[in-house]
Amino acid sequence: MGIDISQFLDTFYEESFEGLDTMETELLALNPGAADSESINTIFRAAHSIKGGSGTFGLNAVADFTHVLETLLDEMRDGKRDVTQQAVDLMLSSVDVLREMLSALRESADLDSERITTVHDQLEAMLKGGDDGKAAETAPTDEAVDGVEQGGNSKWTVVFKPFNGLYRTGNDPVRIIRELDDLCSIVSEIDLSTLPEFDLLDPEECHLSWTIHLDGDITEAQIKDVFAWVEDDCELTVEKVSSPHADVENDSDASAAVVAASEETIDAAKETETPAATAPAVKKTPAAKKAAAGESGSIRVGIDKVDALINMVGELVITQSMLNQLGEEFTMDRVQRLQEGLVELEQHTRELQENVMRIRMLPISFSFNRFPRLVHDLSSKLNKKIELKVSGEQTELDKTVMEKIGDPLVHLVRNSLDHGIESPEERVKQGKPETGVLSLNAYHQGGNIVIEITDDGAGLNAEKILKKALEKGIVKEGDNLPPEKIYDLIFQPGFSTAEQVSDVSGRGVGMDVVRRNVKDLGGAVEVISEPGVGSTFTIRLPLTLAILDGQLVRVGDETYVVPLISIIESLQINMDNVNSIAGGAELYKLRNDYLPIIRLHELFCVETENHELSGGLLMVVEGDGHQAGIFVDDLLGQQQVVIKSLESNFKKVEGLSGATILGDGTVALILDIPGLVSLSRHRGDASASTQAAVA
Amino acid sequence: MNMAQVMDMDGIDINSDDDQYLTFILAGEEYGVDILRVQEIKGWDQVTQIPNTPDYVKGVINLRGTIVPIIDLRERFSLESIPYGATTVVIVLRVESDTGSRIMGIVVDAVSEVYNIAEVDLKAAPDFGQAISTDFVHGLSTVDEKMVIVLDIDHLLNSSVLSSLDKNIE
Repeated sequence: MGIDISQFLDTFYEESFEGLDTMETELLALNPGAADSESINTIFRAAHSIKGGSGTFGLNAVADFTHVLETLLDEMRDGKRDVTQQAVDLMLSSVDVLREMLSALRESADLDSERITTVHDQLEAMLKGGDDGKAAETAPTDEAVDGVEQGGNSKWTVVFKPFNGLYRTGNDPVRIIRELDDLCSIVSEIDLSTLPEFDLLDPEECHLSWTIHLDGDITEAQIKDVFAWVEDDCELTVEKVSSPHADVENDSDASAAVVAASEETIDAAKETETPAATAPAVKKTPAAKKAAAGESGSIRVGIDKVDALINMVGELVITQSMLNQLGEEFTMDRVQRLQEGLVELEQHTRELQENVMRIRMLPISFSFNRFPRLVHDLSSKLNKKIELKVSGEQTELDKTVMEKIGDPLVHLVRNSLDHGIESPEERVKQGKPETGVLSLNAYHQGGNIVIEITDDGAGLNAEKILKKALEKGIVKEGDNLPPEKIYDLIFQPGFSTAEQVSDVSGRGVGMDVVRRNVKDLGGAVEVISEPGVGSTFTIRLPLTLAILDGQLVRVGDETYVVPLISIIESLQINMDNVNSIAGGAELYKLRNDYLPIIRLHELFCVETENHELSGGLLMVVEGDGHQAGIFVDDLLGQQQVVIKSLESNFKKVEGLSGATILGDGTVALILDIPGLVSLSRHRGDASASTQAAVA
Repeated sequence: MNMAQVMDMDGIDINSDDDQYLTFILAGEEYGVDILRVQEIKGWDQVTQIPNTPDYVKGVINLRGTIVPIIDLRERFSLESIPYGATTVVIVLRVESDTGSRIMGIVVDAVSEVYNIAEVDLKAAPDFGQAISTDFVHGLSTVDEKMVIVLDIDHLLNSSVLSSLDKNIE
């Protein structure tokens, strides 16, 4: 009866990716030369479970690759090998390779076998010893020992005494011995001395022990590895046998060393190719990540959250049965009781809703975690010294929001690294510390999450931006723009002031895409900058896409929902401030600005008895950086509404972002403010052009 | 179980070659739709209007938490509209398209019958040339000496048809 293990495959992939993330984080935190053994252990454990899992699922390519990496880590763990920057970098690229392999396997895509082999060979080379001069110098004896261990044939005696309960842990000594047999030739002696009398024998207990003689090209680590799963359930001794043929062995070692050396030179030659091989890979990773982010996937939910939900459902059921009972034999004197019950019901429903929403919430660290690597890679590429400070990584937000904000964030960070922070020489000249600081911060504010990306670099160059904007015709000569407005220009399509188009950024497709992505999520992005001091990009996002804080407004008999985030203020219309241009476009003078007035009933062809501006209210909204006043009949109230899609059964309607169901069961439409503003402008254009045509 | 089904279907001639069609009345004519596409039939209720859509899109309703658009078939066929009365019903249909299935409602004068019509008994609609588009007619059939127009609702309520008409209006 075979178990279909493919059902666990998804879990394996998910866990492996998590493991790789952990490895990456720990590797970046490793301090070459003074590595923390706990971190190495963590990395080792992650690698080990990936290897174990991939072996189980028959993903041999992954298992083989991880095995080499693991062996290297094991030597570091045992202190036989120094942690050098070179080793860390190599391991980081191995993590990349593994990630690519796993995603390729998951999508049944082709493996980039050339790259895998390159990194695999590099790892092998490092394992063999001397590709790293420093390590050889600092620990020559260890290396020598390693050489002996790995080089020629060696004999080992393994005494394996499992405890009685071995079978209960799901392990089988036969499998272990078979695995040893795969590694090298073995002679196994079985010890039956502890075997009880037949009538006393408990078949579920292990009474045997083995003495196994190994002969072959294996290391202690490899042997230990075989027993890794049963380490805690047995007595295990692994001894090297000093054989009379030791001299001969040493000779063969020497020749092996020569072979190793010649291999090294080959590897060295290969290594020169590596930069070319790794460079495109750096670019590949974000793309792979994007693909992963696009999947809906699954969420891991803490058991405490689930327990809280179950508790709450329990409460709800109790309240429901209480109300039920009350309803069955209802008399007027129990009205009070009913009202209490309803209040309770409301409270439980709300709590339940909040908690269900919380399930979808993940700490933003999931998104922030990729930045240490990004900063590490980019700073070495750009020859800049950059320190990354992350705070507020425990701030939670909706999973879908997080998936979609990843790429804009990467873009902003790359941008800050490339354009923001100056080169060390430049910084010293400016009297700033050599190392630039990039900080990522996240916090909750009202119903929003705010993400700040701050650098202490040169700041935005207002003159340069303005010049570029004039060139591109985005602004007109003589427009007197305040600095904020100038900085805002960088979010215009096709705007990039990078003098040189670099690999990192500068293709001019950046900031407007960032703004659009953030807009799509119902958020906003803005920049504050001071020349010579630095810039701060602030992204404001709703916590979830499923619920929206809305203001209900009435136009005629229709009720619309306006997202609270787009509303700046609402005011009673003072007719003195209404102006109209050429009898057409109406403007409202608000303090020092003139806002176009959008008459919602005209735009939406809604019948209303109220056509006079004086009788209604003007709601000042902002969309796409443009402010406008929307003329409505009445403001009704504020409430949280659940967003329902119009598109799923109908189609996208301009000016609407969706619909919701109000308390009385009727449908209310949710206004899409940026869409509405552009809709009214198009209308204006259309009517203007027809007028022009008539003229 | 099987027995029960047979009992339920009693009175309806079960023949595996036949498809069942729900028919409804629209301006005196009888139209049919594949019964398997019918989700439910409900009375006319107030809708929420959608701005800037063709007139025949009456609006949307809340069907147990789903937003469902309602289309007036009289107006869709450019027939004279009549005030909704006691027999006016909304037939909620599942419409299949390349992008997946969607739920839509059509407003009709009244529901009529359920007929068994074999595919072979469906005659193609004659070609009226440019004058009348018959793309949405799946076929014509005669039941009890009356003509039943079987509609291809996937084509009739196709989103691209909706939007192309939309463009004409603009």
